[in-house]
Amino acid sequence: MDSIARSAWRVDRAARDARLVVHSAKAGMTNITRVSHPQVNFHTRPSREARPTNTITKVSHAISITRLHKRYPTVHALKGVDLAVERGEFFGLLGPNGAGKSTLINIVAGLTRFNEGSVRVLDCDVLKDYRRARRYLGVVPQEVVFDPFFTVREVLRIQSGYFGLGRNDAWIDELIQALRLTDKADANMRELSGGMKRRVMIAQALVHKPEVVVLDEPTAGVDVEQRKSLWEFIWRLHAQGHTIVLTTHYLEEAEALCQRIAIIDRGELIALDTTERLLARGIGRTLRLALTTERPLEVAPPALRSKLRRLEGNRIELQLEKDSDSIIAVLDALRSEGAVVTDIEIKEADLEDVFVELTRRQ
Amino acid sequence: MRLRGVYTLFYKEVLRFVKVLLQTLAAPIVTALLYLLVFGQALEGRVDVFPGVSYTAFLVPGLVMMSIIQNSFANSSSSLIQSKVTGNLVFILLAPLSHFEFFLAFVGAAVARGLIVGLGVYLVALPFTTVPIAHPAALLLFAAVGAAVPAVLGVIAGVWAVKFDQLAGFQNFVILPLSFLSGVFYSLRSLPDFWRAVSHLNPFFYAIDGFRYGFVGAGDVSPWLSLAVVTGFLLLLSGITLYLLKIGYRLRD
Repeated sequence: MDSIARSAWRVDRAARDARLVVHSAKAGMTNITRVSHPQVNFHTRPSREARPTNTITKVSHAISITRLHKRYPTVHALKGVDLAVERGEFFGLLGPNGAGKSTLINIVAGLTRFNEGSVRVLDCDVLKDYRRARRYLGVVPQEVVFDPFFTVREVLRIQSGYFGLGRNDAWIDELIQALRLTDKADANMRELSGGMKRRVMIAQALVHKPEVVVLDEPTAGVDVEQRKSLWEFIWRLHAQGHTIVLTTHYLEEAEALCQRIAIIDRGELIALDTTERLLARGIGRTLRLALTTERPLEVAPPALRSKLRRLEGNRIELQLEKDSDSIIAVLDALRSEGAVVTDIEIKEADLEDVFVELTRRQ
Repeated sequence: MRLRGVYTLFYKEVLRFVKVLLQTLAAPIVTALLYLLVFGQALEGRVDVFPGVSYTAFLVPGLVMMSIIQNSFANSSSSLIQSKVTGNLVFILLAPLSHFEFFLAFVGAAVARGLIVGLGVYLVALPFTTVPIAHPAALLLFAAVGAAVPAVLGVIAGVWAVKFDQLAGFQNFVILPLSFLSGVFYSLRSLPDFWRAVSHLNPFFYAIDGFRYGFVGAGDVSPWLSLAVVTGFLLLLSGITLYLLKIGYRLRD
């Protein structure tokens, strides 16, 4: 990585740190505190066998997916998906359950075959050049899975060996320390809690120092404290130059962390943009009003009724278009009908609103 | 081929059965010893086998090969089905290993377990009888090829099965009958023509007969025929297995 890219990451990280706190607060979460992790150097030079032999410095896409189709006997799971993840990007892949996110990730990881299209990791075809593609890729599967026969250290040594790394203990020790598994390094996997097992899975994905890290709902079922700790660690990975591809159901986290987001629904890509632009997409804002009347609908002018999203007693919730609707105009319209507004609450659209709106339209 | 990756997968598979050696190594040796004591005591002097060969000396090579067959199959099949059911097979599938490397490691580890159990059965049988070794090279060759056939079958069964029940069916309705009805306890010469002909269709019969030839220097059929049949069967099964692994049958959906 050149110095300009490093600087860009540093600046970007600082901005993102600020957003992380703002959005967490907005979502009613405890602000994410800086958890101090032992320093990990992810750029230690890998051994010759593990080091990719091609020149990838000019490759701009970490993952490149072209016209990808996956058909199961009863369902067309992916319908011609085109997608490119830039190198060094923190990329979010969102979608409702069954949308095709995990299928897409499994195809990138070589776990699932596909019918048409092409998938490349750092310009290596995942079928024809699968060895290099898999070396560049570290995948944390969605389900917590583990081998009950081995200890944490054995698991990591074995995973390391699969990737051709014989003497990798120094790096394994760093990972164990960084993921706070030191006390459990020689414990059998069965003795670990769910959160610890998930951290071992992250260590397994990183044991060969992949440039691209794919995390398929890594915080599902993990408690708040451990989730924060995991995000902190993943954020550090990104800051050190790794491309991160993330799927999550915690949309506020995706909003806070991801630079670009793709939304997939029923096997189709329905949105792909920077997080900022997605948030700015004409979803508008929500205006919640408390009125003195118990029948607010009767006093609301016809033009406002079409914007009504919710009605509860003397409270109404209106969905306003971003550019065309003015809050002042709404208040004036109500006032002209004799309604008295006693309370006002304005909520800007967040990623969840965008997500719901886009998948609803679909 | 990436030797480090193959070796690691092989090592992991060996470590897996060593960690539960009471179940994977000691138990089958004790079972074979019980067969030897019961059948050896009951049938010694009552069953004619090969001229100049005692029944117990005839029985021991059969028991050794039966143990090799059953344990070799059990290792590859149980490891695969456990990894599939618990989901940890994903860590192997994510690794840059080819289907051939995957095959070599699983078959190699299963052969290793089969041979260790076979050696154990032979050693515990020694205090009870004297078993000559007429052709050590033939003995070793048949031990290796005879262990490889069920190891490959185990990979097929482990890949095919999606639940333990299916694997138990494969083991109880295919492997167990084939290994018991393969001349472990009797010479095919003592069977009626029909059952003798049926036994000739059983590939495990050739593995056991060739292996026994390595010990006592005699068999029901030519050792060359046995070698040809067992090797041919091994190549056929290996071809099928490699194809299944290459297309990711029931591994990469």
